[in-house]
Amino acid sequence: MTVATIFIDNAPREVNPKQNLLHVCLSLGYDLPYFCWHPALGSVGACRQCAVKQFRNEQDATGKIVMACMTPAAEGTRISIADPEVVAFRAGVIQGLMQNHPHDCPVCDEGGECHLQDMTVMTGHRQRVYSFGKRTFRNQYLGPLVNHEMNRCIQCQRCVRFYREYAGGHDLNAFHLRDSIFYGRHEDGVLESEFSGNLVEICPTGVFTDATLKHHYSRKWDLQMAPSICVHCGLGCNITAGERYGTLRRVVNRYNHEVNGYFLCDRGRFGYEFVESSLRIRHPLVDGKPATRSEALERFGAVLRKGAVIGVGSPRASLESNFALRALAGPDHFFAGVPDEESRLISAMVRILRDGPARSPSLDEVEHSDAVFVLGEDLTNVAPIMALRLRQSVRQAPMRLAAGLHIPEWLDHAVRETVQDAKGPLFIASPYATKLDDIATATYHASPDDLARLGFAIAHAIDATAPEVIALSPELETMAAKIAAALRGAQHPLVVAGASCRNRGVIEAAGQIAWALCKVGSPASLSFTMPECNSFGLALMEAPPLSEALRTVRSEPVSTLIVLENDLFRRAPANEVTSLLRGVQHLIVLDHLGNPTTDAAELVLPAGTFAESDGTLVNNEGRAQRFFQVLNPSTDVQESWRWLHEVSVAAGSKSMERWEDLDDLTATIAKEIAAFGALPKVAPPRSAVGKIAREPSRYSGRTAMLANISVHEPRPPQDPDSSLAFSMESGPGPVPSSLIPFFWAPGWNSVQAVNKFQSEIGGALRGGDPGVRLIEPSRESVWQYFSAIPPAFKSRSGEWLLIPVFHIFGSEELSRHAQGISQLLPRPYLALNPAEASLVGAKAGGRIKILIEDSQFELEIMLRADLPRGVAGLPAGLPPFDGIQLPLFCKLASVGTEFSARGVL
Amino acid sequence: MEKPLTGNFRADGEAVSLSEYERSGGYQGLRKALLLTPAEVTELVKKSNLRGRGGAGFATGMKWSFVPMGKDAPHPKYLVANADEMEPGTFKDRALMERDPHQLIEGMIVAAYAIEADIGYIFLRGEYERSYECLARALAEAQASNYLGHNILGSGYRFEIHLHNSAGRYICGEETALLNALEGKRAHPRTKPPFPQVSGLWGKPTIVQNVETLCNVHHIVRQGVDWFRGLSKTADGGTKLYGVSGKVKRPGLWELPMGTPMREILEDHAGGMRDGLRFRGVLPGGASTDFLVEDHLDTPMDYDSVQKAGSRLGTGTMVVLDDQTCPVGMVWNLEHFFAQESCGWCTPCWSGLAWTEKILWAMEQGTGSTRDLETLKFQTKFLAPGNTFCAFAPGAVEPLQSALKYFAEDFRRHVDEHRCPWRR
Repeated sequence: MTVATIFIDNAPREVNPKQNLLHVCLSLGYDLPYFCWHPALGSVGACRQCAVKQFRNEQDATGKIVMACMTPAAEGTRISIADPEVVAFRAGVIQGLMQNHPHDCPVCDEGGECHLQDMTVMTGHRQRVYSFGKRTFRNQYLGPLVNHEMNRCIQCQRCVRFYREYAGGHDLNAFHLRDSIFYGRHEDGVLESEFSGNLVEICPTGVFTDATLKHHYSRKWDLQMAPSICVHCGLGCNITAGERYGTLRRVVNRYNHEVNGYFLCDRGRFGYEFVESSLRIRHPLVDGKPATRSEALERFGAVLRKGAVIGVGSPRASLESNFALRALAGPDHFFAGVPDEESRLISAMVRILRDGPARSPSLDEVEHSDAVFVLGEDLTNVAPIMALRLRQSVRQAPMRLAAGLHIPEWLDHAVRETVQDAKGPLFIASPYATKLDDIATATYHASPDDLARLGFAIAHAIDATAPEVIALSPELETMAAKIAAALRGAQHPLVVAGASCRNRGVIEAAGQIAWALCKVGSPASLSFTMPECNSFGLALMEAPPLSEALRTVRSEPVSTLIVLENDLFRRAPANEVTSLLRGVQHLIVLDHLGNPTTDAAELVLPAGTFAESDGTLVNNEGRAQRFFQVLNPSTDVQESWRWLHEVSVAAGSKSMERWEDLDDLTATIAKEIAAFGALPKVAPPRSAVGKIAREPSRYSGRTAMLANISVHEPRPPQDPDSSLAFSMESGPGPVPSSLIPFFWAPGWNSVQAVNKFQSEIGGALRGGDPGVRLIEPSRESVWQYFSAIPPAFKSRSGEWLLIPVFHIFGSEELSRHAQGISQLLPRPYLALNPAEASLVGAKAGGRIKILIEDSQFELEIMLRADLPRGVAGLPAGLPPFDGIQLPLFCKLASVGTEFSARGVL
Repeated sequence: MEKPLTGNFRADGEAVSLSEYERSGGYQGLRKALLLTPAEVTELVKKSNLRGRGGAGFATGMKWSFVPMGKDAPHPKYLVANADEMEPGTFKDRALMERDPHQLIEGMIVAAYAIEADIGYIFLRGEYERSYECLARALAEAQASNYLGHNILGSGYRFEIHLHNSAGRYICGEETALLNALEGKRAHPRTKPPFPQVSGLWGKPTIVQNVETLCNVHHIVRQGVDWFRGLSKTADGGTKLYGVSGKVKRPGLWELPMGTPMREILEDHAGGMRDGLRFRGVLPGGASTDFLVEDHLDTPMDYDSVQKAGSRLGTGTMVVLDDQTCPVGMVWNLEHFFAQESCGWCTPCWSGLAWTEKILWAMEQGTGSTRDLETLKFQTKFLAPGNTFCAFAPGAVEPLQSALKYFAEDFRRHVDEHRCPWRR
């Protein structure tokens, strides 16, 4: 990076000349107030808060006021932040902003973490001079997730800029003008964007606040917080979770430049409420009845002594918990708790990333790709933040147009006005239309096999030595050539795929394209989505799939099945699960929410959710990231790995005695499984760092909150596993980036305090972003092109290929139990192409009968013209159909028809 | 005296038809321009010292020279006629469009040719219904006679004009807000740079030019630079449409040599103040210019002279204040308009004007305070050029800042007497 020297209040400072003055001043640690600017949104010069005085040269004593956010940090620039005139101007801007702002901080949810409060204090505006009435608005109902309080608005424009320009939403807008712009919807209603929750953080004051927090409100300063990882998809977004009075209160974004940056999706932000759901298991259950801890441990020990054990792990449990079960049951008797097909697909993805030349990119690298091909994925619903990143990636290529006119990237509206609707190449091939289609160069909707064929054809078009696809239609041939050309012509091409289609061909085709690109010298990236938060980590353990567990139960004398944080009825059809459960005498389940599997268990142990646990998850990039306990562990709830350790020690097992705490455990895993060699480096060991307070220094009620029980202040609970303390007391020294419990700095109470933790604004956290990549592409070129290209899909007469249709709210197991999100779940339906609906006499909104293998259901019909012929859609993960392993062929008939053995059609 | 812009106006007030326009030399400027190269046309306009008549007075030829030219230039390029005449007290473009619409069209085609524009827009104030009708008819005539469209007059040049009537709002007259409005976006101004000449409408090179400015262009080509500069009393070329409103004997609009002294316009053409009234001040160029007073009456009405006197030529349409009208009330009226029309984009503008308006109203109601007077002074500095996103707010406080200077006593009396002294 080239460096420019600028002078700030006469002090020479080295800065990034590609940036604006506000960016570099904040990067240097100056407190320069701002509102409309945001590191991810760039500069528009609306609020006028970041004014500085600029001087022409050393002799110029007058200078002129300029907006720091709108002025390049060019070599030799001379500015003053402290000049009295500009200090007075900045106070004047706050005075103007506060003109209509209500004095309701004490009752405002934003109070205590309000950027407007911080900036007001920073500018020194104290006395209200304005004595006239304030403008008022009617607030809107925006759904169960985001609350609206327009009187507080300061018209910084950030909400609409994020919602519309950045996130591609349509239903939030600016209405009216002058000092009474209304930011809202054209009418009351649930915000449509999957990223609406970011308004809570984007809004510098209390217009948009977290509606779920409102139900169990606490000030930020009263929250006990810890760094955590989102468990609601495979991307591993970093979150900060907060607790008060023993319950989890909320989740906010935890900046990680490489992963989620500044934003979370609504599932990730609001899914946390499952922790306090009524299904929560808080005490051990023995034979369905509440039991004490010692009774539970006693029963566990007794069962263990009876005979052989097998363990079923989980892609939503930590590496540590999975490993603990593996250690207890033995590597030969530990099974991945995922369906066979999914297990094979994920292994295939891991193998492609490990054995081939294409690298899995971080989400930041995804955003900076300049040509993208998405194969088979509905990203907005499966990996939402990747979709948000791709929305930015299509701006990469056109940005060069603006650069040609010397318009800097950060001058946001100037860039957008120049670029207009020009978008870089993004091609989407998926089984049905996805929300990202609106920014796609071209789309192709077809059955999974046909998608795979297009993928293989693209690979062949890139590198002729890749196998050819036989009998491809001329249209697809043309499309493949077009996509191949776009990818080849890019500086940073990216291929995205995943297991959503449950189709091996799709995954291999995606790998094939990336490999072909690498072979012709292009630095291609290959990003696979993962179904769950630790699918990747579990796959690295290379445990056999669920059917192997059943085979083992049938072939060996197994007396006990231990299921770790897994509802087997979501993993396999009920009859298969039932036959597995019948094959053992004892079923022990460790989980946190009640489900059909816990219902069937002899012993249920209350497992900690992410909020009560420490552990490591591996995201879709292959990045291992640690999450830490937020809640004080004074109940029976604890990490699954700790339960398993206690049990095995009590039962006299020798295998686990070597580890007592998290650091011991991660060291053991690193030693036993080569893939996890770097695990201890994911976060510094407890011994290496001094105490880090989970509670802010203004945490209130410490001496009062238990005074009704005892006036003696109790000793804070101890955390045996990390340097994070359940207290307000911190040791000296900097906090490592992976252990930052919350972003706060003097004068910066809002989430924008993250400025003070970054090496450069919008760049990496100081000391590097958290997480360690566990896989890198192979250096040896041992890979070979896949040759198993599926034949073209042929629709069957009277039968439909049933595929999963994903929903951000509903398809994921845990978040659907969050109170807010539960109000937004779709009703079960069957999606069908309208052209085919008449074949079975179906009408939109009517009902239809569906025969899957031997079971019959009735479902509401949804007509979707984007569904390929011969393909029908079923919402993924939605009970009671969550155990059905899609895709499979089904038969359809109008309600009232009886299915005969051979079908009715 | 030659009156190229208004000389053709019909006595009955009807619009000049195409045949009438052609009989008096219409479209000859275009025919001549098409024989020149675009660069030669721009050069003529540069040499003519034509300055923008929308208010800022930027040199027209200079502005055109920033447009990327040649075969590598981005296309389509646009030429936009800013016909969103909403400045209070201003009614000059309306006269040009209602009475001689072909003049604007010819000026546009010549200007478009000079910058090799492909598409033109007339962004017309929504309320100008008669202008719309006149322009629509004239455009159809011009199209039918091949002054517009493919291969204009056999030259190979192609240009089309779309007539767009605005949905309203004063800020649409700001050239970049105008472009946003044309694109169907919220009408707030754009970041400059990049200037529209480089990245304008739909991101393409665009020239936005006031109606009166465009009406001069073909005259320059047809009759020459020397002729044009000879029309003026100053270094700035051409004539100027001057208007007068307020309590004068004959409010109206006149085409006079650029640089005609203010006194001559007010006294000879507008007939001086009505009987029984005395002159107190004048906004020389519309509502967003500083008051000038008796001492300034001999100022030549051109860009530099008016600026030297402490105001701006603006649109050249004067609003006169007499001694029987409350200056505070008049300023309230203006600031009410500006507060209403603030687009709400930048804080000083939307907050400062709303506050200013409320204070002036309070003063008129007799509840203004000394602290309010200080706030008014503060706002005039707070809304200075550079502090706000565009020139709207600095213009909006120009009448206020000069009123506070020239009519300080009147403001004082409102505060001290707790009433408006003019109200009986």
